[in-house]
Amino acid sequence: MDQLAQHLLNATILGGTYALLGIGLTLIFGIMRVVNFTHGELYAFGAYCMYALVMLLGVNFFLALPMAIMLGVALGATIEMLLLGRLRGADIDTTMLVMIGAWIAMQNTEQWLWSGVAHSINNPFPAEPLILGPLSVSWNRVYVVVVALLLIAATYYLVNRTRLGKAMRATFQDRQTAALMGIRIDRIHTATFALGSGLAAAAGALLGPIFFVAPTMGDLAAAKAFAIVILGGLGSITGATLGGFILAFVEELGAGYISSGYRDAMGFLLIILILLVKPTGLFARKERIG
Amino acid sequence: MSKLVGLMASAAILAVSASLASAQDTIKIGVTQPLTGAFAASGNYVAQGAKIAEDEINAAGGVLGKKIQLIIEDNKSNPTEAVSTVEKLIQRDKVPVLMGAWSSTLTLAVMPKLEEYKVPMVVETSSSGKITTSGNPYVFRISPTSAMEAKAFQPLVAKMGIKKADFLYTNNDFGIGSGAEFSKMLKENGVQVGVMETMDPKANDFSAQLAKIRASGGDTLFVTTAVEQLTLILKQAKEQQLKVRIISCGGSNSPDQLIEQAGDAANGSFHTVFFTPWFTEVTKNPDASKRYMDEWKKRGHHVGGLTEGFRGYDGIYVAVAAIKAAGKPDPEAIRAALWNVQVKGVYGDIHFIKQGPAGKESAQNEPAVYLVTITDGKVAKTTF
Repeated sequence: MDQLAQHLLNATILGGTYALLGIGLTLIFGIMRVVNFTHGELYAFGAYCMYALVMLLGVNFFLALPMAIMLGVALGATIEMLLLGRLRGADIDTTMLVMIGAWIAMQNTEQWLWSGVAHSINNPFPAEPLILGPLSVSWNRVYVVVVALLLIAATYYLVNRTRLGKAMRATFQDRQTAALMGIRIDRIHTATFALGSGLAAAAGALLGPIFFVAPTMGDLAAAKAFAIVILGGLGSITGATLGGFILAFVEELGAGYISSGYRDAMGFLLIILILLVKPTGLFARKERIG
Repeated sequence: MSKLVGLMASAAILAVSASLASAQDTIKIGVTQPLTGAFAASGNYVAQGAKIAEDEINAAGGVLGKKIQLIIEDNKSNPTEAVSTVEKLIQRDKVPVLMGAWSSTLTLAVMPKLEEYKVPMVVETSSSGKITTSGNPYVFRISPTSAMEAKAFQPLVAKMGIKKADFLYTNNDFGIGSGAEFSKMLKENGVQVGVMETMDPKANDFSAQLAKIRASGGDTLFVTTAVEQLTLILKQAKEQQLKVRIISCGGSNSPDQLIEQAGDAANGSFHTVFFTPWFTEVTKNPDASKRYMDEWKKRGHHVGGLTEGFRGYDGIYVAVAAIKAAGKPDPEAIRAALWNVQVKGVYGDIHFIKQGPAGKESAQNEPAVYLVTITDGKVAKTTF
């Protein structure tokens, strides 16, 4: 019983971080329809910013987070303007190839700058975990989940309740009509990509201190993010959030009661099952592509 | 445009002639290590140790009147890449002997290439039994096998009072081999074996496995993986209040790095190591240990890498001893000479015994195994 409770607590904590990984990508992959291979690298970039700020420059741990997010937003905007700006209206394959190139270039730059050896980031939380009866969880993880949920709520509000969000949704529904209505669609493209990138950097900056920072850390994060977005349905923030939690519960309980060797396969098995029944994912409306 | 092509062609010719010149002046040794990816820390340490040996040997006049030259390739912790690096080292650089490939899975992946091209390889780290029992006569392993490690641990089982043990190991040849050998040895000594949990070599969250291990209720947890995952496991075990004795196997645990990165969570843990830089007097060749350690510190390398870097250091000395005995940089002559090398290394007195099917034996060294513990943020001898 204690074991089940601990599994459920672990899954809830893990789910918050997965959801954060998912929502950044769902904006870019789901709404913009850019198959964003750099998502994992922005995650790693956020973690390296945190490492550089906290461990090398001695910036306050809590202050470093918004700084890392802003740097992620800036890097995302740069990628969008330099690479994707030239590819408006290009087919999905061309964009995908360019993004694969950007992914490889970014990962190798990280390797060149920081070497392949992992670094760890100190956190200011007490070393003793938060103890709830027979259960326990680290303070850092609690902090991560709280911040993740706040960021998810803010993103949801931005996309669904603000003028900018409305312009975003209009632009990616129908570019031409949106442009005719006076929306500056170039800026919307850049803003959406930058926002998604900032969220990826936020996830990296939050999780870097829990795990460690290494140039290839983005690969696993990107694989999970794509799984979460496809599971939840493209472009749905609610879907990505729930998708993140579902993936975490399946992994945790699958590893706990079936086999830990297949922990990372569980999520993908679930995706196959869900796509068989509901090919658009859990929360996306039916639509035609192409 | 044609001018550019001409320039590029002459640059290419220059590059080729440069490499030809160096091929005549030096004897090349190919090294394949995981310099990036999941095992990056360990792979870089081994490469750093190898470079110390290269410089020492060259400072002492090289071998056969020539300088040695290490060609170090990054196998990216990936078996497919490991095969490409070996293919490149043998085909393009024409190295007569190799050292690699750190993890058992990487070594097993490149072994068929050694047989195909008939080039011997000094295996400096891998521990899976399969490497020396599958009948590949080009393998010369200086690191201990998991079976040797388990056997060396056996007298401690009763002394440590282990009654029920659980396992957590990385899901590759290294982890699976270690888990199998240690659980077998424990069962033979009347210890109850609880859960055998695995983890993906790239995974960084072990909460599910640790919750299951806590529920199993053993007194000791045997963990087999490299230092990166081990750091996270120690931290997460503390977060989940897993109050069992943790023993890490496989010797790639870099205790000093654990102290630095896992902090308080590393206290009370035990680690098998094959070199003890904290108390070199217990090693077989304290002179070799001291020489290696002094140079490591002089170069400003990470102190946590000492227990990993010596593998590369010894590996290069073994390869060079064989080149010297062979009298020429020829793969077949080096392979034959390796069987008779005697090197006073950090691993101890390195020499090879036969393992595997008759007629196709692989070579295996018999190094010492030590158990150390971390108390109050320091590495200490165990007193059992």
